[in-house]
Amino acid sequence: MTPSSVARILRKLPRENAFYFFTSIGNYIGENAASLEEFVDKVREVNVKSLEFHLYRGDLEKWVAEVLEDGELAEEIKSLKNLKPVGDALRSQFYLIVSKRFEKLKSEFRG
Amino acid sequence: MKLKKQAISLDSLDWNILQALQGNAKQTYMEIGRRFGVAHSTVYDRIRRMEENGVIKKYTAVLDMEKIGVKYITAIMTVFTDPKESENVAKKLSESEEVLEVSTSLSEELLIIAKVVAKDQDDLHSFIAQKVAPLPGVLRIRTSIITRKYKEEELLIEKK
Repeated sequence: MTPSSVARILRKLPRENAFYFFTSIGNYIGENAASLEEFVDKVREVNVKSLEFHLYRGDLEKWVAEVLEDGELAEEIKSLKNLKPVGDALRSQFYLIVSKRFEKLKSEFRG
Repeated sequence: MKLKKQAISLDSLDWNILQALQGNAKQTYMEIGRRFGVAHSTVYDRIRRMEENGVIKKYTAVLDMEKIGVKYITAIMTVFTDPKESENVAKKLSESEEVLEVSTSLSEELLIIAKVVAKDQDDLHSFIAQKVAPLPGVLRIRTSIITRKYKEEELLIEKK
């Protein structure tokens, strides 16, 4: 991965491109993430119902692929979805995936 | 229901005409005049005056969407906002064609209540996630999709 593509994935996004957390159709819980770093933090904190809602709608992999432009992480999220985890198991597995990815990219970025 | 005191003064004939139009806006001046014992030209003058000064805002057709095959869902969206931004949020919502009504309410928190229409649940969610949640000052959103409507009417004025 080139340094510029790593930097691109780690960039801060404008608010209209942030990820907004909902628990069901139209029910926004007031939490959002405008970068991969913020996203990792929010995965640890938000209501797990929100993670379930977005994972099974495909929102998480879509945002990661289309907005953050991290195809590799999007594929990992897709694989997790196929395992159908729920509740705390979903949170811990999802957190592991995104935090590992973030740490890897951060160390690559530092060079 | 109490009506706000307004600058435009209306006499009993004006009120009668307004009530008649609310019942059926397609009535002719002749029909209305006959009902209230005045000439059709008087009815015409009164209606024209009330149109010009904005008492009568518009005439519209109330359609049965099901009968013409238009499928849509309606939702009531409650937007909790930072009081400093609520005016801007309400204005932005008012500009969206998906939003039919926007009102504010001050209970324990400042709320914006909006009536939203969309083709289906996915479109409704996309609109709220992409256009409403990112607005500065939006703290949370609660949305209820209407599943059955028992009554929908406009406020009818009482005869003076």
